[in-house]
Amino acid sequence: MSENTASVPGNQRPPVRLPPSRGSRKATMTAWLFIAPAAIAYAGFVLVPLGMSFYYSLLRWDGIGKARFHGLTNYVTVLTDADLLQIIGNAFQLVLYFTLIPVGLGLAVASAIRGHMAGRFGTATRTILFLPQVIPLVAAGIAWSWMFASTGLVNQTLKAVGLSSWARGWLGDFTWALPAVGIIGAWVLLGLCTMLLVTGITKIDASLYEAARLDGARPWHEFRYITLPGLRQEIGVCITVTVIAALASFDIVYISTQGGPGITTTVPGLEIYRLAFAHRQVGLASALAIVLMVLVLITIAPVQWFTRDKK
Amino acid sequence: MKAPTPNTLLARGLIVLLMALTLLPFLSMLSAALAPQGTYPNGLQWPADPQWSNFVKAFEVAKMDQLLLSSALIVLGVVPIAVLIATMAGYGLAKLTSQKYKWLYLIFVFGLTLPFEAVITPLYYEVRALGLLNTRFAIILPLIGLYMPFGVYWMRAHFLSVPHDLTEAAQLDGATRWKEFVLVQVPLARPAIMSLTILLFLWTWNQFLLPVVLVQDPMQRTMAGALGAFQGQWGTDVPLLCAGSLLILLPTVLLFLIFQRQFVAALMQGAVKG
Repeated sequence: MSENTASVPGNQRPPVRLPPSRGSRKATMTAWLFIAPAAIAYAGFVLVPLGMSFYYSLLRWDGIGKARFHGLTNYVTVLTDADLLQIIGNAFQLVLYFTLIPVGLGLAVASAIRGHMAGRFGTATRTILFLPQVIPLVAAGIAWSWMFASTGLVNQTLKAVGLSSWARGWLGDFTWALPAVGIIGAWVLLGLCTMLLVTGITKIDASLYEAARLDGARPWHEFRYITLPGLRQEIGVCITVTVIAALASFDIVYISTQGGPGITTTVPGLEIYRLAFAHRQVGLASALAIVLMVLVLITIAPVQWFTRDKK
Repeated sequence: MKAPTPNTLLARGLIVLLMALTLLPFLSMLSAALAPQGTYPNGLQWPADPQWSNFVKAFEVAKMDQLLLSSALIVLGVVPIAVLIATMAGYGLAKLTSQKYKWLYLIFVFGLTLPFEAVITPLYYEVRALGLLNTRFAIILPLIGLYMPFGVYWMRAHFLSVPHDLTEAAQLDGATRWKEFVLVQVPLARPAIMSLTILLFLWTWNQFLLPVVLVQDPMQRTMAGALGAFQGQWGTDVPLLCAGSLLILLPTVLLFLIFQRQFVAALMQGAVKG
């Protein structure tokens, strides 16, 4: 965009060159009137609460009585308390499942199909793979609680193939509950990532693959040197969406395990809710909230940096 | 599509496998929902005597009619206003402001990655101070604000792609900015507005955290929020819980099946831009 409003006298309309009135007072007023409603809603229900979160995080407050200034003590607690560190670690472990499984399987499908999915088969695929994106996460949580239940389909399948000793109450198991929750998230995000990557791969110039084949490239080399770089943006999108879903998860955990057994599946989102509304430690909850926000930002920033289009 | 080669067969096989994995939890829920009440059914087993009446019972127990109404009211309170003010702001930021005001846009974009949990505690106290706790407005007003980063980002991106000549033409015809916005820009922005509407509808209908924290009465909640309460109450009765869950997710799935193309386009673009 070229803007040379500076050379245009404020209230004088130049003959042809527009935008004429940018910079004039009236135009600025109009612009503000267009932006104001959104800005007010955003300020009132996001920016102000965020400021309050930060303010609360410096307090020791039970939400009812008098608040005492507490300095950075809450932050020290968040970053040193063994339980809270484990809870933050749980969120990062979930990233492994939420991100790696959908992106890995999506890449496999995309590089195998490497073309448009047209016709009825394509429509059916899109419809079915997007179903988990349409239903509430709560419903996904309930469906999978049932899948992982002791008489559920997972155990039924294991018994059917002679692995009865593996059958267990997955979501109540200290070792397996977190991976099980991770599988739920992977199931929700799988279709979206697959479709994004399948669509992305159709945009890669087919002649690149032909040239590579003429040069005697192995499939692995095609994948490494053509598919991966060509899909950089789409992979970036998938990683961003899935990492945020994992770090900020709440619904699935709340429904399927309530954070248990112990705190093996508790994530920051759930702990904020508990600390603030059950344990009445509003200050500590707010410090965890701010830390969560910062963690999401610093995890996403490098992904955006590496996968942005550098053309 | 090309003639099937071994490679495309492999791809199709993989996709069919993924589709099966996607559908299994739904089928498993359906088979459980048809089992006799109070029993512990097996994972996936068509019952000898399917109890379709479980759905009727779940409909009554969950007060589905009231829930539908409540969710619809919340969606109607959130989506039209959020779409309108996001469209206005997107237009304002794309067409009416110079580079000088980039910071304003950046402030909006900052909210894109903000987890709702980061503001839920102060929202509780804010909504309580406004006297709106346990009303639908406790969900409606915060959601409008929380959708602004995405909505404004989305609509601004659209308006940036509209050629400037259009604005010039309208201006030369003597249209005011408002007239130009209503008569020229909004009709042209219909696809972008449509996608935004679909996304905000889904996110509102499926919203869980806000209802759980801000509204005690399940009847004033969204469908998803009510489902949480339903699970709390009937969690041990697997057939009833599964029947209720299926009923609660049915409305969005039906809409999705009808408007499949628009939903898929919106969800994919939404991910790419968000």
